[in-house]
Amino acid sequence: MAGFDKVVVSYEEAMSGLEDGMTIIAGGFGLCGIPENLIAEIKRRQTKGLTVVSNNCGVDGFGLGILLEDKQIKKMIASYVGENALFEQQLLNGELEVDLTPQGTLAEKMRAGGAGIPAFYTATGVGTPVAEGKETRCFHDREYLLEESIIGDFAIVKGWKADRFGNVIYRHTAQNFNPLAATAGKITVVEVEEIVEVGELEPSQIHTPGIYVDRVIQGSFEKRIEKVTVRS
Amino acid sequence: MALSREQMAQRVAQELRDGFYVNLGIGIPTLVANYVPEGMDVMLQSENGLLGMGAFPTEETLDADMINAGKQTVTAVAGASIFSSAESFAMIRGGHVDLTVLGAFEVDVNGNIASWMIPNKLVKGMGGAMDLVAGADNIIVTMTHASKSGESKLLSNCSLPLTGKGCIKKVLTDLAWLEIENGCFVLKERAPGVSIDEIKEKTAGELIVPDYVPEMTFA
Repeated sequence: MAGFDKVVVSYEEAMSGLEDGMTIIAGGFGLCGIPENLIAEIKRRQTKGLTVVSNNCGVDGFGLGILLEDKQIKKMIASYVGENALFEQQLLNGELEVDLTPQGTLAEKMRAGGAGIPAFYTATGVGTPVAEGKETRCFHDREYLLEESIIGDFAIVKGWKADRFGNVIYRHTAQNFNPLAATAGKITVVEVEEIVEVGELEPSQIHTPGIYVDRVIQGSFEKRIEKVTVRS
Repeated sequence: MALSREQMAQRVAQELRDGFYVNLGIGIPTLVANYVPEGMDVMLQSENGLLGMGAFPTEETLDADMINAGKQTVTAVAGASIFSSAESFAMIRGGHVDLTVLGAFEVDVNGNIASWMIPNKLVKGMGGAMDLVAGADNIIVTMTHASKSGESKLLSNCSLPLTGKGCIKKVLTDLAWLEIENGCFVLKERAPGVSIDEIKEKTAGELIVPDYVPEMTFA
């Protein structure tokens, strides 16, 4: 690699440096915009004891769900984990720890982590089980919770197009948590459908500036749909 | 007669106003989109990062990259915008959404809501519900008045873990439209043909019944 060129050509290289016990922040909402090939590479590596931060944990047999098959995930930080029987089984057996986090708080934890903000106050979760053990403070006569931000050893991100410098554009609602995850990794790896030449992307349209990105790889994607819904 | 799910959606739709940005939860709230009055412009916010959610796609326009918060494939209307989850919840937490409609297991006289967790059953997670109830000023809860076994869901104190504290002011059940004022449920409207006695009997929390309680009307 030279200069700002972030392109790597193998998934092995893309996830190089991943070790047991690390924290991984993953983009995606349900199965939409998930870094499916980077997840598959984590499975291939059989890395264990992972803490995974993602809105959901995939489904049985696809997405982050495949990392449950060999018990690679120790702890899951997510807002909704309802679509996965293996997840439920491992949770009930005590093999998997889960920290349920409100969706907006989860997004803000990533955003703040990437922006160098260690914690923030939010009204979300006040008076609920989410507030247990957390500091609260009143501002303008309302109670807020202190929530800590999150930084990952790795962030794994799915983009639509990137240039060689790691500037990324997302497609439609496959954006979701991806640009937030991208900011919050010590090593941020982005897989995209197409790598274009530097200068091809309109600078003002870039969602994730290349400064956040360490590695870019072009992949091919199944893009499985969780709930196909069409009008009659 | 208790309201059907469609009638509940119709009644909630009467609360829509031209130019409203609205977040609809899963279930009955989703049906509200089918009853937006003719000539009224409402924009639907889906918390996965879409403002201006449209109809479901056709087989030809199906796109894995276009989903709603319920993970269903959708389309975007003209004038829609798409953004990150942080931006989406900035809108929600910042109070920019004009109306939020969501379901619940229980609501109590203090405006507390429980909607995400039943202990000792599988806990699926709260998704965006805690952010929505904490961020919105104008929230309508839709739920049946009582459980299938007849237990009231309108309580003095929620028995389940809360989704939000003191944030609910309006509740539409299959029997009644109620508002929460000064630590009481106030009966504002009743479903056509439902007696005040039935509503009283199925409301566990303190209920104030004004002298005149109109029946709901549907166009």
